[in-house]
Amino acid sequence: MSAEMGKEILLDVQHLSYHFPLTKKMEIKAVDDVSFKIRKREIFGLVGESGCGKSTLARCIMNVYKSKGGSIFYKGLNVCDAGTFRKNQKMLQTSRQMIFQDSDSSLNQRMKVCDIITEPLKIQHITPKRGSMRAEAEFQMYYVGLDAAYLDKYPGELSGGQRQRVAIARALAMEPELLVADEPIASLDVSIQAQIVNLFKHLQKEHGFSFLFIAHDLAMVEFLCDRVGVMYRGKLVEVAKAGDLFGDPRHPYTKALLSAIPVPDPVIERARKRIEFDEKDFCCEGTLVEISPEHFVLERGKEG
Amino acid sequence: MSSLLEIQNLSISFHTPRGEIEAVRNISFSLSEGEVLAVVGESGCGKSVMCKGIMKLLPACAQIKSGRILVNGKDITGYGEREMCNLRGSFFSMIFQNPMTALNPTMPVGRQIGEAVKQKQPGISKKALQERVLELMQLVGIDSPKERMKLYPHHFSGGMRQRSVMAIALAGNPRILFADEPTTALDVTIQAQILDLLREVQQKLGTATIFVTHDMGAVARVADRVAVMYAGKIVEIGTAEEIFYDPRHPYTWGLMQSLPAFSRGKETLHTIPGMPPTLIHPPKGDAFACRNEYALAIDYEEEPPMFPVTDTHYAATWLLDARAPKVTAPVGRGRK
Ligand SMILES: Nc1ncnc2c1ncn2[C@@H]1O[C@H](COP(=O)(O)OP(=O)(O)OP(=O)(O)O)[C@@H](O)[C@H]1O
Ligand SMILES: Nc1ncnc2c1ncn2[C@@H]1O[C@H](COP(=O)(O)OP(=O)(O)OP(=O)(O)O)[C@@H](O)[C@H]1O
Ligand SMILES: [Mg+2]
Ligand SMILES: [Mg+2]
Repeated sequence: MSAEMGKEILLDVQHLSYHFPLTKKMEIKAVDDVSFKIRKREIFGLVGESGCGKSTLARCIMNVYKSKGGSIFYKGLNVCDAGTFRKNQKMLQTSRQMIFQDSDSSLNQRMKVCDIITEPLKIQHITPKRGSMRAEAEFQMYYVGLDAAYLDKYPGELSGGQRQRVAIARALAMEPELLVADEPIASLDVSIQAQIVNLFKHLQKEHGFSFLFIAHDLAMVEFLCDRVGVMYRGKLVEVAKAGDLFGDPRHPYTKALLSAIPVPDPVIERARKRIEFDEKDFCCEGTLVEISPEHFVLERGKEG
Repeated sequence: MSSLLEIQNLSISFHTPRGEIEAVRNISFSLSEGEVLAVVGESGCGKSVMCKGIMKLLPACAQIKSGRILVNGKDITGYGEREMCNLRGSFFSMIFQNPMTALNPTMPVGRQIGEAVKQKQPGISKKALQERVLELMQLVGIDSPKERMKLYPHHFSGGMRQRSVMAIALAGNPRILFADEPTTALDVTIQAQILDLLREVQQKLGTATIFVTHDMGAVARVADRVAVMYAGKIVEIGTAEEIFYDPRHPYTWGLMQSLPAFSRGKETLHTIPGMPPTLIHPPKGDAFACRNEYALAIDYEEEPPMFPVTDTHYAATWLLDARAPKVTAPVGRGRK
């Protein structure tokens, strides 16, 4: 499939870094010299242990954080450049959307679901395709599998998974070209997860959406994503097509990570042994080397 | 022998301007010391409301309509806020679904864990308190706890916040831990560690756990028993082996079929058709009927009772009635 997927690059992240100060002397390299591309109509998965910098990277891409080094090109525009960003602000704010991790707390508790979903449309003065704001909200609700009866409720009256779907519906209402989805399905039950994953696939195939899909559920990532990047301590350690990454992981961290995928079978799962990753195997000075077509692994750099 | 927790015919409703929402409907189960009961089911089916209802943490518009809650054989259904306060933290403790709202954004994480410790041991010395906080942070796998204890929740990654919440919940050595999706924000490695930690704590201290999750892999790893909920009811309950290898309720079948493992090599994942009913006027008969490809005529008329499959395994589906046609489950051991 990737052959005809077109080589047109939608997002190009180059040597991106972002650091948080921890104490006066110490800082956290949340994102450390990360480079990767997302093509048009591609679902790029980003996985890695908790705290490795996935959300920070996503926020840099969405201009929520101002990166401390490197550049991000979206449709060829360097969005890290303040002038370029300002000039293209409306396009950038409509054609890129993000579903936040903890999107619960990003929903305005005092607004009804209907208004939450259509708020971005109002802010950007976009005429709803389906006639009225209400009809638009109803359509998106249907898309994410929520009954229209919830439109007049407040977030506090919904369950965790229902709120999450409201967040997804809000992002989809903008019909973005790039959807950055940070853990969009973790709080949903498996059947709705499947429904949302099918929906994402449909949006990719039929409407040409591209995705940055951040998730801990590796089985789902394998199923949904075209290419996958593995992060460890702010670094990308391996990038490959999903099949290659899951079939032939090369970096020791990737191997350890994949060995931790839980299996829905009590006897197998309780007996399963994980491969432990030894931090000493990690060298942060390396560079990504292409070991086979489109399969990149972080290897110790000569100059390091 | 009395169990640690026993729930008898519990029903909980919300009174809203739009009508009564029957979030939990006639639930019964029991929990023994040291046992892990996993609760799975569609989003909005009442899992969180059930947990909060037992701990009496629901808003004022919620009401326990009927049923009894027994702890160690003692009826606590009528307990007021003061008596519940004594139980919370020491007898049962809850890890909430959303780690961000469970933490106070204006207080350093270390201090929040400290507060929880102080509630149980008011006289604790400053030094011992700090040690206990560090110990708890280490227990849940937060590195450089000394530096990190001074940081605020928004400085933490999603997973670290969740681990902090876990540390707070464990501070009082509770007998029952309600863990509402404790691992959804965690990566598989930490998740496995936390699940093993849950197991360890529970074996060491005999803590029983009610583990709400959507992750069937996690269920397989830690659960002794599994309860499957649909539209406010428990529709199937049994040991982990019984639920995974010999599920009987069509909704449980649907859940298992939705897993990516079931659709390997296919273009789309299996989904359960339709939407769960809203709980304002739950449908007559079996609430799952209109989404159930195996539905019988009676499903639309009369609610199925819990049919016993074994001593430990029950399912509420008319398919288990002697008069029902025989159907083969699309999942379970037969498939392997
Ligand atoms: N505002 C902040 N101030 C200081 N440190 C931060 C801040 N936000 C994140 N960090 C740190 O940056 C690192 C990366 O965090 P990030 O949230 O990007 O991780 P993540 O990969 O998304 O993790 P998770 O899977 O748990 O969500 C972590 O070590 C975290 O403690
Ligand atoms: N404060 C409230 N007022 C009115 N209705 C509520 C309130 N809280 C929850 N509900 C409703 O009760 C039902 C059960 O909610 P609950 O939070 O228990 O779901 P859940 O099973 O935990 O779902 P999830 O897996 O999505 O977290 C939902 O339909 C929800 O809309
Ligand atoms: Mg994150
Ligand atoms: Mg819940």
